[in-house]
Amino acid sequence: MALKHVNAVIVGAGAAGGIVAKELAEAGLSVVLLERGKWYTPFDCRKDDLRNQRITALGNAFGPDDERYRRVFVDAQGKEHIVRPSEGNYHNNAACVGGGTFSYGAMAWRYMEKDFRMRSTYGAVEGSTLEDWPISYQDLEPYYEKAEWEIGVSGDDSGNVFRAPRKKPLPMPPLLPSREHQILKGAAERLGLHPFDIPMLRNTVPYNGRGACMRCRWCVGFACEVDAKNGTHNTVIPKALATGNCELRTECVTKEILSSSQRRVTGVAYFDSDGKLREQSADLVVVSASATESPRLLLNSKSKLFPKGLGNRYDWVGRNLQGHAYPGAYGLMDFDVYDDLGPGASLAICDYNHGNPGLVGGGALCNEFIRLPYNFALVRPPDAPRWGAAHKDFQRKWYKRCIAVHGPTQEMPVFDSRVQVDPAVKDSWGIPVARLSGLNHSHTVEVARFMAAKAEAWLKEAGAMETWPKLPGRGLSGGQHQAGTCRMGNDPQTSVVNKYCQVHDVDNLFVVDASVHVTNGGFNPVLTIMAIAYYSSDYMVKTWKGTKFRG
Amino acid sequence: MGTSRNLSRRKFMQIAAAAAAASGAISCGGTRSPWRFLTVEEARTLAAICDQIIPPDQDPGAAWAGVVNYIDRQLTGYFKGLQKTYRQGIAGVDQSSLALGGKRFVDLPAERQIEVLAALEKGQAPGQTWQRLSAKEFFALLVSHTMQGFYGDPRHGGNREGVSWKMLGLPYPPIRGPLRYDLTKPGAQGGS
Repeated sequence: MALKHVNAVIVGAGAAGGIVAKELAEAGLSVVLLERGKWYTPFDCRKDDLRNQRITALGNAFGPDDERYRRVFVDAQGKEHIVRPSEGNYHNNAACVGGGTFSYGAMAWRYMEKDFRMRSTYGAVEGSTLEDWPISYQDLEPYYEKAEWEIGVSGDDSGNVFRAPRKKPLPMPPLLPSREHQILKGAAERLGLHPFDIPMLRNTVPYNGRGACMRCRWCVGFACEVDAKNGTHNTVIPKALATGNCELRTECVTKEILSSSQRRVTGVAYFDSDGKLREQSADLVVVSASATESPRLLLNSKSKLFPKGLGNRYDWVGRNLQGHAYPGAYGLMDFDVYDDLGPGASLAICDYNHGNPGLVGGGALCNEFIRLPYNFALVRPPDAPRWGAAHKDFQRKWYKRCIAVHGPTQEMPVFDSRVQVDPAVKDSWGIPVARLSGLNHSHTVEVARFMAAKAEAWLKEAGAMETWPKLPGRGLSGGQHQAGTCRMGNDPQTSVVNKYCQVHDVDNLFVVDASVHVTNGGFNPVLTIMAIAYYSSDYMVKTWKGTKFRG
Repeated sequence: MGTSRNLSRRKFMQIAAAAAAASGAISCGGTRSPWRFLTVEEARTLAAICDQIIPPDQDPGAAWAGVVNYIDRQLTGYFKGLQKTYRQGIAGVDQSSLALGGKRFVDLPAERQIEVLAALEKGQAPGQTWQRLSAKEFFALLVSHTMQGFYGDPRHGGNREGVSWKMLGLPYPPIRGPLRYDLTKPGAQGGS
């Protein structure tokens, strides 16, 4: 039986897809929102410290599962590995309603003005496809604001003298400071830095009909039991469904995008929750499946007119895969800093995002989320014993006396760091899997070294007796901050989508997620993903003409 | 409430241990194991290894905390793919022990056990197993599984009575949200 034709089908109910669904449904379009994962509740995880989205010793709590999903990872030596979602080299992001926003740490950063103009600010970088975005911070500003108010952000960035101008303050105040926050804040001020409360997609006071954070120590990687963490699953997706115009279909795995001979797409083919192949026709197709899965879907959608996959005429789909280098440092104090006040991360500085002598870009530095006992067993100075009596002594002595400072360092995009589809390996639905290969740029490692040294200096000022740096290598980046693989640009020969996220040669096909990021800022990317989703939806709604989409 | 539950649990463990011993004695050759995957001998060796990775001192060690139970349970679940690795690896540890100390691992004095494990860690342990299986990788696996069983949530079969969390001064049972009362002193209320 054929499925009823709809105006729009959206692939992926994550940070971006949820927003697009709500915006289109509220504008009166009929929408089908396809999600490969389930709609979980916090009680499907119950703060399991060995099975969540950060510690996957016993698997991912919120998908994808290890049984049905695979990827191929090509290492620095060119050796291929078939990897499962719980392995680091899979570069996973959650598969569930809400996507990463269901269990994230929830930092809500606006990128800075220069983050959209990296090439004009710093010039060309050898071996990198560093480029300006075709849109500016000013273009996105109203949509950042919309995300902050509709999804719900708390914090106070008024102390951040480096921030880009904002018209409206954040809707909620920050949480009261923890002991660690106070220690680090004083130290940063003594160093002449500019510490401030991190904006977070987290209720600190009742907002949107839900209560405030209870400050537990299981935050990043876990679902929130009091529903104080704001994602698309508890904000825009329920709103989309409430319009009556949107149908959410979970456990539906999209196989390919279907196209006609008129350079238009006609819908998608997907496997439903019973594994049955279905076709959903639509006037408009929006791909919001993540920076690994979106290019995979485009590349798997081959036809006579698009023999190399949709949007891939110039071989740019899947290129420039980037995430964030995460340099930082640990410091051991001779007094207790742990006061059991979650979520942990609360204080940041943006003093080193730009303007670092001789370096391109930089990143924010923040204190880390609370480390649970098992996580802390993995934290040791270089050459310290990892087991035996010394391990246990270290654990007892320092668990409550250790501070970690780190942050997302902006990466130099690399053309050959990429997502392809593997010619041989398929997932359990028979769909060719993503194949990840490439290296991080050497300059990214250089910037990361600089950032780690700054983190150590901050910890020393805070009273650390001993510090040691955490340094990234040249290994491929991606992970939860994955971005860049369907670049936004004005030139169809060097990008995949135009400045409205519309695939260059296919009017009614959009890619809306971090794939379109030209560069990824020195910040957690989610608020930018949300802002772009609002911005692109606005364009779709404005150009929507009755039942036919003409972009 | 907490105390009575602990007592009944301890009692249960005693009964279970007795039953396990009995069943081992009844079956001919003593090959029946109370474990899900491990043999009685393997479990003894593994317990001794884990107890060197996280040794008992003023606080209980890995074996008491149920790390063997954690690993055994996962070997028939999430770690199913590692059954062969464990079977070969534990045998390999005994080969190394015999070569280095003339006895099986469980029979070596503590200092010699540590030497054997240090040799594994460096990838320098003798034994034919290590031609097929990387000693270094197997030891890294043992360390990370022991840490998981000791520090991870008790629901997975280790960290008995939340022993590692108590060791670090964290409340057990775990409290969600800020802890306003000192649970270590019955009746006492800390302010905040």
